[in-house]
Amino acid sequence: MLTMPPFAVVRPRSVDEAVDALAQGGRLVAGGTDLVPNLKRGLLDPKRLVSLRRVAALRGVHTEEGGALVVGAGTTLVDLAADTRVRETWSALARAAEVVASPPIRNVATLGGNVCLDTRCAYYDQTDFWRGALGHCLKTCGDVCHVVPSGKRCVAAFSADTPPVLIAYGATATLVSARGSRTVPVAELYVADGARHLALDPDELLTEVRVPRPGPGARAAYVKVRSRAAIDFPALSIALVLARAGDGAVSDVSVVVGALGAKPRVVDGLAAIAAGRPLDEATIGAIAERARAACHPLGNIDIDADWRRAVLAVQVRRALATLGA
Amino acid sequence: MNVVGKRRPRTDSADRVTGRTRFVDDLTFPGMLHAKIVRSPHPHARIVSIDASRALALPGVHAVVTGKDMPVRYGIIPWTHDEYPLALERALYVGDAVAAVAAIDEATATRAARLVDVTWEPLPHVLDPEEALAKDAPKLHDEARHGNVTKHVELVFGDVDASFARADVVAEGEYFFAGSTHAALEPHCAIGVWEPTGVLTVYSTTQVPHYLHRELAHVLSLGADRIRVVQPPLGGAFGGKSEPFDLEFCAAKLAMVTGRPVKILYTREEVFYAHRGRHPMKMHMKLGATRDGRLTGCDARTLIDGGAYASFGLVTTYYSGQLLTAPLALEAYRFQSTRVYTNKPACGPKRGHGSVQPRFAFEVTVDKLAEKLGVDPIDLRRRNLLAPGARTVNELLVRSNGFAECLRRVEEASGWRDKFRKLPFGRGVGVAGSFYISGTNYPIYPNEMPQSGVQLKVDRSGRVTVFAGTSEIGQGSDAMLAVIVCEELGVPAESVRVVTGDTDLGPVDLGAYSSRITMMAGNACLQAARAIADQVRAAVAKRWECAPGDVVLAAGQAMLREDTARQIPIAEAFQWAETDGGTLGAVGSYRSPKDVHGEYRGGTIGASPAYSFTAHVAEVEVDAETGEVKVEHLWIAHDCGRALSPVIVEGQLEGGAYMGFAEAIFEQHDFRPSGLHRGPSLLDYRIPTSLDVPELHALIVESSDPEGPYGAKEAGEGPLHPSIPAIANAIHDAVGIRLDALPFSPSRVLATLQEERRC
Ligand SMILES: Cc1cc2nc3c(=O)[nH]c(=O)nc-3n(C[C@H](O)[C@H](O)[C@H](O)COP(=O)(O)OP(=O)(O)OC[C@H]3O[C@@H](n4cnc5c(N)ncnc54)[C@H](O)[C@@H]3O)c2cc1C
Ligand code: SF4
Repeated sequence: MLTMPPFAVVRPRSVDEAVDALAQGGRLVAGGTDLVPNLKRGLLDPKRLVSLRRVAALRGVHTEEGGALVVGAGTTLVDLAADTRVRETWSALARAAEVVASPPIRNVATLGGNVCLDTRCAYYDQTDFWRGALGHCLKTCGDVCHVVPSGKRCVAAFSADTPPVLIAYGATATLVSARGSRTVPVAELYVADGARHLALDPDELLTEVRVPRPGPGARAAYVKVRSRAAIDFPALSIALVLARAGDGAVSDVSVVVGALGAKPRVVDGLAAIAAGRPLDEATIGAIAERARAACHPLGNIDIDADWRRAVLAVQVRRALATLGA
Repeated sequence: MNVVGKRRPRTDSADRVTGRTRFVDDLTFPGMLHAKIVRSPHPHARIVSIDASRALALPGVHAVVTGKDMPVRYGIIPWTHDEYPLALERALYVGDAVAAVAAIDEATATRAARLVDVTWEPLPHVLDPEEALAKDAPKLHDEARHGNVTKHVELVFGDVDASFARADVVAEGEYFFAGSTHAALEPHCAIGVWEPTGVLTVYSTTQVPHYLHRELAHVLSLGADRIRVVQPPLGGAFGGKSEPFDLEFCAAKLAMVTGRPVKILYTREEVFYAHRGRHPMKMHMKLGATRDGRLTGCDARTLIDGGAYASFGLVTTYYSGQLLTAPLALEAYRFQSTRVYTNKPACGPKRGHGSVQPRFAFEVTVDKLAEKLGVDPIDLRRRNLLAPGARTVNELLVRSNGFAECLRRVEEASGWRDKFRKLPFGRGVGVAGSFYISGTNYPIYPNEMPQSGVQLKVDRSGRVTVFAGTSEIGQGSDAMLAVIVCEELGVPAESVRVVTGDTDLGPVDLGAYSSRITMMAGNACLQAARAIADQVRAAVAKRWECAPGDVVLAAGQAMLREDTARQIPIAEAFQWAETDGGTLGAVGSYRSPKDVHGEYRGGTIGASPAYSFTAHVAEVEVDAETGEVKVEHLWIAHDCGRALSPVIVEGQLEGGAYMGFAEAIFEQHDFRPSGLHRGPSLLDYRIPTSLDVPELHALIVESSDPEGPYGAKEAGEGPLHPSIPAIANAIHDAVGIRLDALPFSPSRVLATLQEERRC
C-alpha cells in the first residue's frame, strides 16, 4: 500500500475555532477524498490538518428570502444532489454534484472541497516514485512544465464538476478568516496558474456558496464529458445557462467550461452573437463555434486534446438544442 | 446426474461479499516485518553501486537485500531463465527491482527504501519492437542469440502460395493490438516465514504454487522438501500471478536473513510494473477464399512486443499462430511470429494467452472477406466449419466441437437476421468466433508425471475432504471439485471440504493457467471419487446381498436402485466400507493423451485434450459526431462441453466478455517516451464500471467431450476472444469504418470517421 506521511489533526467544532486553528497554520480537510490521495502520493506534506468534519454549522442547504440558494461548504455532494429545491430550481447544480466520482465518494465529499479542489495533471497526479523518475515540474519542486515545455506557468486542469455551474449561475462565495470575512464571485476564486490556482489566502475558510435564483424562463444544463459513466474526472465540463424573452429570443446565455487550464473558462462574446436572436440552428451553431474557438484543451489530461475540442462544440450545440426545445 | 448441471450458488460467495474471506494480506504473524522494494527510475541503466547505509541507519530497519544476495537466474520457462529476483547488473525497465528493505512497519520500510542510494549509469533504451529489431538498438539481454529477439517461430502447413493463387478474393489488413493488463482487484502479496528448523513457508497470491515452489528451491538453493507454498483464496489473477515475482523471493530471503516473518504487499503502481499482461502485437493477416465462400488459406505475420523479460514468451509466440486453425477449417496456413525485448514491464499471459490478439485480426479479416464476397458473415463461417472429429491444418485433434451450435444460438438470440445491414446508420451488429484450449498437453518443465493429482479422505462422520494442489483464484475450481465428489459419492455439499493451494497438503497440480483445472484436476478427482464409490457400493452390496451396481449413492443416502425406499445414510455406508477395508482414502491423477497433435517441432504447443468454442454477436451504437461507442449487447454462446456448475459457467462467460469489451473500448497500457507507464493507477487505467457494461447474454452450449469429466471443457478463457472482433465488426456495420487498431476510443473512432469522409 501507499503509506501516509505523519501529521497531527485538530478537530474544531465551530467556524471560529476552525479559522483560529487555521491562523496557526495547517491544511483544511473536509471529506478528504482529494486530500488523502494527494497525501499518499507525496504531493503535500502538511504537519497539521484542520478537519471540518465536526463543524456542523458548515453543513446544510437553505433558501433565502429573495430566493437565493445557500449551500454550506461542508454539505456533502450526496445531500446537495438529493435536495428537492436544488433539483427543481438549480437542476444543473444537482446534476454536477451527482456525477462526481462515485456514490461512496459522494457520501463524504463536500461542496467546499469540490470548489477548492486541487488542479489535476497527468504529470502531477502520480506517485512520488513516478514523478521522481520523470523529473519534477513547476507545480512541485521542479522548473519545467511537461505539458508546455516552453511555458513558465503551470497549466494543470481545474477539473471539479460544480464550479463551472456555480459560475454560470453567478454564484458568490463567502470566505472567512481570523482577520474577517469577504464575499467574492465564484468566478474570481480562481487564478490562471495551476500551481496557485485559488485566490483564497492560506488562512481563509470557504463557509458557504450563495447561488441566485435563475430568472423566469431561464434554463440550465451541465454536460460532463468523460470516458466512463462513473468515477472519472471530467475530460470537459460544460455548464450552460440560457435565458429567453417572451418571444423566444435569447436574452442571455452563458457558457462556462472546466477541465481546460487552471481556471474555468467563461466563454466571452456570446451576447454579441446571440442576444435578441431566435434560438435557431444558426444561433446555436454560432455559440458552439464561439465556445470551440475560446477553449483550448491541453495535454494535461490523458485524453486527446484535439478530440476534446471537437466534441466541445458538438456538446454545446446539443445542450442548447435541448434547452431550447 | 443429481448434482452436475444443477443451478446452485457458489459456497464461497457469501464470505467474499461480506469481507470474511481471508486473503494473503489479511494474514499476520507475531513479530512480522514489512518490506518495500527499491525500483529503477530508469528504463535501462547500469547499477554502478548500491549503498544501503543510510537506510540501515534508520531506526526500525532490520535488513536490506540486493541482487548480490540472490544472484541466481530464474524464469517460468526452463529454456529462458533471464531474470534475477533483484537486478544484478542492469535494470531493464522503469520499475525493475534492485533492492528490498525490511522494517518494523510499512511506513518505515517506505521511508527506508528512499534512503537506499543507488548510483545509476543510464543507458539508451528502446520501447518500440520494430526499433528493438534494428542493428544498432540497445541490447537488453547479452545471452539472446539474435539481438533482442526472445523467440522466432515460422510454421507452414500446406501450400500457402498456391492457396492464394486459387483464391477468387483476398482480404487482408495491418492490425495493432495495444497491450492490456489484468487489473485484478487484489494486489500481489507475499509473506515469508522461516522456521529455526530450516523450513521455509511462503504465503503468496500466486496462481501457480507448484512452479513457485520449484523456483524458490532453485533461487534460494534450498531443498524443495523444506519449502512449503501456501496460496490462500485470491482476489482475481487472470494470468497476472502465474509466475514467480520479485516479492516472493524477497519476502523469503528477508525472512531467512532476519529470522522474522516478512510481508510484502505491492502498491497498485507496482502491480502495473509487475504486469505480465497481454502483449502488444502488430499483425499482418491475409485470408483467401473462393467465390463460393470457401477459405483457401491464411498467411499471418506477427511482431510481439515482449517487454523486458521472456516470461511465458516462448509459449506466447507459438500460441499467436497455433491457435488460429479452428473453428474455421483452413487448407493451407503459414505464420511467422517474432517476440522481441523492449524496455518496458514484461508481458506474459492474460486470459486468452497469446491468441486474443491474432483472433481479433483474423475475425475482422473474415468480416472483410464476407463483405467482399457479399455473403452474410455467419453464413461464411458456416461454410467453413471444421468437420466433427477432424484434425486442424496444424494437426490438432478436435474431438467435440459445438461451434455450429454456438453460431445458431447467437444468431437466434440476437435477432441477427433482422439487424445485420438493416439497422439505421449509427447502429450495428457484428459477429466473431473462436476456440481455446482446455489445458496444455504438456507441463512447463518436461516430465512424465501426472499434471494433476487429487487425494480424497472419507470420514466415518460422512465428511469427504478433497486435497488437491489446485488454485482457487476466483474461478470456482474448489466448487468444481466439490460438485464431482457430491455427484459420485452422493454426499450433500455441506459435507465436502476442499483443501487446495498448499504444497504440503495437496498432491501436485500444475496451477491455474491455460484453463486446465476442470479437465485435469476434474478427471483426477473423478478417478479418486469413483474408487471410493466402488468400495462403498461393495460394502453395501455385501450387506444387502445385491450386486454393487445396484447400489446408488445419492441425496446423502446409499440406496437400492430398484427399490429406493431401501436406504441408509451415507455416513453409515462409509462406516461399512471402513469396517471392510480399513481407512478410506483414494488418489486420482490425470495425464493428457499424447496422440492429439502433430510430430513437428512446436506441434505440442497449442495441443490440448479438448477445445472449447465460442461465438459472439455484439450490438453497438456509435455516435458519429463524437466517436463514442456504446456496446449495448453481447450475446455469448460458449461450448464448454458440459456445464458442471451452470451458475459459475455463466459467470465466466459474462466475466470474459466483460474483459474483452473493456480491452476493446477502454484499456490503454501505454508508456511515455521516457519509458514511464502513462497512468499506473485504477483511475487512469480505465476498466469499465458497472454502468458502462453492456447487457451480457450468456448462452451455454454443451457438446460433451469424450475426454472431459462428464464431458466438460474449459469456460475461463475462451469466452473472452470474440468480443473484441465482434465489436469491431459491429462498428463497421453501424458506421462503415474498419478499426484495425485497439482500443476503439472515441478519438480513434472520430478520426477514422473523418478520414473516411475525406476519401
Ligand atoms: C476516484 C476519485 C474520483 C473523483 N472524481 C471526481 C469527479 O468526477 N469530479 C470532481 O469534481 N471531483 C472528483 N474527485 C475529487 C473529490 O472527490 C471531489 O472533488 C470532492 O468534492 C472533494 O471534496 P472533499 O470534501 O473530499 O475535499 P477534501 O479532499 O477534504 O479537500 C479538497 C481541497 O479543498 C480544501 N478545502 C476543503 N474544504 C474547504 C473549505 N471549506 N474551505 C477552503 N478549503 C477547503 C482542502 O484543503 C483541500 O485542498 C474524485 C476523487 C477520487 C478519489
Ligand atoms: S501543467 Fe506542467 S507544471 Fe503543471 S502540473 Fe502539469 S506538468 Fe506540472
